Amino acid sequence: MTGTAVQLSIPLGDEVLALHAGDRVELSGIVYTARDEAHLRMQHDGIPFDPEGAVIYHCGPVIQGNRVIAAGPTTSARMNKLSGFLLDRGVRALIGKGGMGNSVREQLQHRGVYLAFTGGCAALASSHMTLVGVFYEDLGMAEAIWAIKLDHLPLVVGIDAHGNDIFREVREHAKQVFDTYRKS
Amino acid sequence: MQNPVENDVYAALADATFQAMQQAVIYLPPDVKRAIDRAVSQESDPVAQGEFANIQKNITEAERLGIPLCQDTGVPVVYLTIPPHIPFSAQLYDAVAEGIRQATEAVPLRPNVVDPLTRKNSGDNTGAGMPAVHVEPGSRFTVTVLPKGAGAENVSRIAMLLPSEVDEIEKFVVETMLIAEGKPCPPVVLGIGIGSTFDGVAALAKEALLLPIDQMDPFEQHLCDAVNRLRTGPMGLGGDTTALAVKVKTGACHTASLPVAVNVQCWACRRATVEVTWE
Repeated sequence: MTGTAVQLSIPLGDEVLALHAGDRVELSGIVYTARDEAHLRMQHDGIPFDPEGAVIYHCGPVIQGNRVIAAGPTTSARMNKLSGFLLDRGVRALIGKGGMGNSVREQLQHRGVYLAFTGGCAALASSHMTLVGVFYEDLGMAEAIWAIKLDHLPLVVGIDAHGNDIFREVREHAKQVFDTYRKS
Repeated sequence: MQNPVENDVYAALADATFQAMQQAVIYLPPDVKRAIDRAVSQESDPVAQGEFANIQKNITEAERLGIPLCQDTGVPVVYLTIPPHIPFSAQLYDAVAEGIRQATEAVPLRPNVVDPLTRKNSGDNTGAGMPAVHVEPGSRFTVTVLPKGAGAENVSRIAMLLPSEVDEIEKFVVETMLIAEGKPCPPVVLGIGIGSTFDGVAALAKEALLLPIDQMDPFEQHLCDAVNRLRTGPMGLGGDTTALAVKVKTGACHTASLPVAVNVQCWACRRATVEVTWE
């Protein structure tokens, strides 16, 4: 691991405002998995857990009995239009892969952060996780909301509360590099 | 009516397919681990170094716990080599499908295979034309599996370039990763097919992913360096390593054609080969 990771415990508060894009963090406490279907259900029926200081994990895990077998991140951009109401209700962090759209970056300003977890690292994820509970199990394993206790899950701040977005910076640089092909 | 000898052969093929699938989704091949180690030693970006630390720990944890590296255990792509004394028949395909069903239950694999229109999941990773089985003659009876995840497969591309556009191949390859961004879980391996026909070039690109990735010829290295200049980096978070390797397979084509295909593979370049043996 490079450098020292910032230790974070859920529920989160204003300490997230001090984070900067690129900081490595280790997150502990209970997170809630949610993909497309769970977001839609929460919009209509209300949030089934206390959202104040809460953390949402974009993940469709493989659960066997009471165990988290594999729980890597899914693509967060699918939830671009479904995240605002959660942040409005006090959610402080979203975890996923691939980053999120401009609207989410704006909604995170002065409120919360987007944390990236390494795609494909399902075995590593499960070794930092304990299953605590479940909501909306009728949505199926991948789409249900699983309450999972994290023990120092290693993440990186992808979008901070000041409008910095690593994914956007990387994307713009790549476009500039590719422009050299267009000119030739 | 099947004779007993043939029954043994098909049972052995089903078992070898199961073994290969189990091995592939848990243990990365040595050449892939070497390519990742080399990339780690050359990576200068601190965020990318952190992503690599997670990737390396994930590889170790999967091996230690005997569980799949990634929850997307892919769709089963299978390559058979058949020696002259093995009769070629539809039963070979049935035996491979049986091995995949067993692996889905026992490893376990995530059931990923659905009907393309109704989206109904078969529950056992088989379906019409799935597993995708490719057969060629060989001196040994082997089964090779290439479980293919969707994130990287979805950003793969094909182009029918003009014969005068050989220099455009590099641009098309780099553009593929420009569009892909972090979606295919980079650092990626790119299988490039050049030549053949519209369908054949895609097959070449996928076969290129079977080649060892810890060695590249000068053309492959040139394409790899070009992709890495994008600095998309691991997971689209920036860094020196966007591609671990580029592998190229070519085939003869029509004088008026230049088909090019880029099959994108995530860092978990999972594949395994098992020899089919029986008493």
